[in-house]
Amino acid sequence: MFIPNTKEEQAAMLAKIGAKDIHELLAQIPEKFLYPALDLPKALTEQELAAHVHELAAKNKPLKNFIGAGMYEHFIPAAVPALSSRGEFLTAYTPYQAEASQGTLQTIYEFQSCMCALTGMDVATASHYDGATAMTEAALAACRITGRSEIVISQLLHPHYKEVLKTYTRHANLTVTEAPATQEGTLDLNALKKTLTDKAACFILQTPNFLGSLEDAQAVSAAVHGAGALLVSVVNPISLGVVQTPGEYDADFAVCEGQPLGNPVSFGGPGLGVMTAKKAYVRQLPGRIVGIAKDKDGKRAFVLTLQAREQHIRREKASSNICSNEALCALNAVIYLTLLGPQGLKEVAELNLERAHHLADLINKTKKFHVKTLAPFFNEFVVQCPVAAADVVAKLEEKGIAAGYDLGQLCPQMKNYLLVCATELRTEEDLNAYADALGGI
Amino acid sequence: MKEILKTNELSIEKSRPGRRGVRFEQTQKHAADYLPANLLRKSTLNLPELSEFDTVRHFTRLSQQNYSLDAQFYPLGSCTMKYNPKAYDTLSVLPGFAHAHPFAPESAVQGTLELAYNLQELLKQITGLAAFTLQPAAGAHGELTGILTARAYHDATGGKDRCEVIVPDTAHGTNPATANMAGYHVINIKSAPNGCVDKAALKAALSEKTAVVMLTVPNTVGLFEPEIKEIADMVHSVGALLYMDGANFNALIGLAKPADFGVDIMHLNLHKTFAAPHGGGGPGSGPVGAAKHVAPFLPHPIVSHVNGQYTLADNRPESQNRMKAFYGNMAVVIRGYCFLRQFDGRTLKEIAENAVLNANYVRACLKGKFNAFFDRNCMHECVLTPPDPHTTGVHTSDIAKRLLDYGFYAPTIYFPLIVPEALMVEPTETENKEMLDAFVTALEQIYEEIQTDPQVVKDAPHNQPVKRIDEVSAARQPNLRW
Repeated sequence: MFIPNTKEEQAAMLAKIGAKDIHELLAQIPEKFLYPALDLPKALTEQELAAHVHELAAKNKPLKNFIGAGMYEHFIPAAVPALSSRGEFLTAYTPYQAEASQGTLQTIYEFQSCMCALTGMDVATASHYDGATAMTEAALAACRITGRSEIVISQLLHPHYKEVLKTYTRHANLTVTEAPATQEGTLDLNALKKTLTDKAACFILQTPNFLGSLEDAQAVSAAVHGAGALLVSVVNPISLGVVQTPGEYDADFAVCEGQPLGNPVSFGGPGLGVMTAKKAYVRQLPGRIVGIAKDKDGKRAFVLTLQAREQHIRREKASSNICSNEALCALNAVIYLTLLGPQGLKEVAELNLERAHHLADLINKTKKFHVKTLAPFFNEFVVQCPVAAADVVAKLEEKGIAAGYDLGQLCPQMKNYLLVCATELRTEEDLNAYADALGGI
Repeated sequence: MKEILKTNELSIEKSRPGRRGVRFEQTQKHAADYLPANLLRKSTLNLPELSEFDTVRHFTRLSQQNYSLDAQFYPLGSCTMKYNPKAYDTLSVLPGFAHAHPFAPESAVQGTLELAYNLQELLKQITGLAAFTLQPAAGAHGELTGILTARAYHDATGGKDRCEVIVPDTAHGTNPATANMAGYHVINIKSAPNGCVDKAALKAALSEKTAVVMLTVPNTVGLFEPEIKEIADMVHSVGALLYMDGANFNALIGLAKPADFGVDIMHLNLHKTFAAPHGGGGPGSGPVGAAKHVAPFLPHPIVSHVNGQYTLADNRPESQNRMKAFYGNMAVVIRGYCFLRQFDGRTLKEIAENAVLNANYVRACLKGKFNAFFDRNCMHECVLTPPDPHTTGVHTSDIAKRLLDYGFYAPTIYFPLIVPEALMVEPTETENKEMLDAFVTALEQIYEEIQTDPQVVKDAPHNQPVKRIDEVSAARQPNLRW
């Protein structure tokens, strides 16, 4: 099926090699290891496979989704997958032979440009595995740049991002310190100022934070820079259609999970790690970067550049071991942003604001459930429930609704709190159905 | 002919104020009605303004300026550019999978979890290892996962003082970079003249400080380590673990199980051996497997099957290394699962057998012109060398560019580092004999050109969208964005 050569062709090839059979070619492998018993299920034809995999997909329940918490479902225009799934993009390799890979290279250059436009930052890489690893690599770069060894993080950073950061720093002689939040679900600025000492390499701010609230990034930035540390800002890319950019508040690195830009949530992967920085730090960035070069005739051409940072040149002295980028997800993102343009992104961001705030009003009207978020928010907020959030999740699942993220998973004191998200995908009807379902509890 | 249609413009250069590719429902209120002024964006958003049709034309044209596996042969060594079956394109994005949220109740994502569980079980079966995690997003990410797993194992079993990772000089650059990221000191060892591990050098490097030995099997010169079991025993005798870089597993799939020859931890590349597309550089997927004694230290979570339900809530207190925000690149995982389900215990080995046959055929056909650096049967890839560049003046980089003119992507070049002017060719099992013959003919023709008209090779490429690129010019004054 996938192996084209016939018995006759195999025989002709063996004759050319001068081997009597394929077994002879495998003489390097000790006989005792060859051809082990394999207990595998029956091989499926394409038709059988399709039926089997459709059946698995059908075991996932199609719920109206009100969960965000790091991955956000947005409308994806049909042109996005139609273009990115072209075999010429999908089945291309990493563009090492630049002359034969101008298509992929130019899309990455345009992706980097769009990420800079979005964040207001100077430079961007070709992308990383996901938001959590991009953030972590930015923090590691900050440690290299400052020569300091403490990474201070917001208590309201995504819990999985905290775990990934700890994984990567555990054996690197770096410490991770948390700056606490206020009761209102935003960062405690006074406590942050006390936490930041001359040991701090950087502070990792997430805005909107894990609870959905927008932080006073300008004030945070001043405090961080006042302590001689760098600011790593974790943002929501769709929010930047209307919300102040990391460039505007002088962040040193801005990173995000780029999935909301034209990529499905797909159970959390693949993600799209967006990494941007001030120009001065470009040689400290990990991973691929595309730049403009000239060909022999002086014509503009695109090429992987600044490779002296990378593992295939520097081996154990490289800035990271990363050896790929999420090129296809980055392609989805750049097609998405090209279709939307500046006006489209603003519109979709405003729709998120409208839907989420309208949902918050409807929830307050139930009288039993209360929106707990006091700070400005984008498309996600915290709801105080009269019962355990886990029960709310279970009850709403019966009505075909994914109610949100149960904050009780993080700490027992939060067991009655639910993190709820509404993007532009949730219609007026969906919002009413959600509020009605809550009212019925 | 004068160029009338501009073919080389950026999207931003095609931008015209007021053009739109997509419209959204109008809102009643605007951002300023919801957010305080200090939180609003003030700077302009310099994104292109294109119609949907402009956008489609733009990216379709860019796609046409690419080599791709669907159109052409990619003989890239260590990259396993095998055919990516079309059925999986559709199946991996079925709405049931694409809309599954990672924080949805587990009862609502049983299909995704069951598929992941099934793949974990299949990978255990074909490697002989005791457990697999599908979490890592790529091969290098799998390496880091594997080495951190080894570190967690040592930390818990009295090996906290082990601080060294041994890597042969044939290893991919990711191996030493990975060990360094895990906080280990890297000890490089030279290979023996036959391209395999120098056992004396390994013995000299091994000590009670050794945490892990990282080996690529088959190695990057395309050879299997015939004494792999003895090497594993040496590694284990000092209490260290053997890590297998499974980037080249296409040579072994169905033929041998790494657990049988003493591998403790390994990663696989679903975007290589398991036919997931490379997507121009990713996303990939790098599952990591571990033998029974190391399995408890694999990163949390792994899908388990408890009381008829599939769940990510596994109870392994030793596990501490979350590698990314969510479990695995599921869209890629689905493709890997689809691929494995199309083979059974009898046919799986045909993948590796034909990969080995194709590589040896190319090697045999080019003998006398582009000789294999190690003149013996290889596994799934062969490392060739060009006629002596000191006499011809033509280097491997020139030959690589000239191949583009003939319609072939270049092999992996200048790797492994121990082979001067290396051309590393991996045809994979999915190329037919005619394609291999055509590739051989192209290289033979280039061989003739090197003798008769070397300049045409040195000036290549001639028929690509751009001529030879001065890569140094890009690094000198980086232009990385519009």
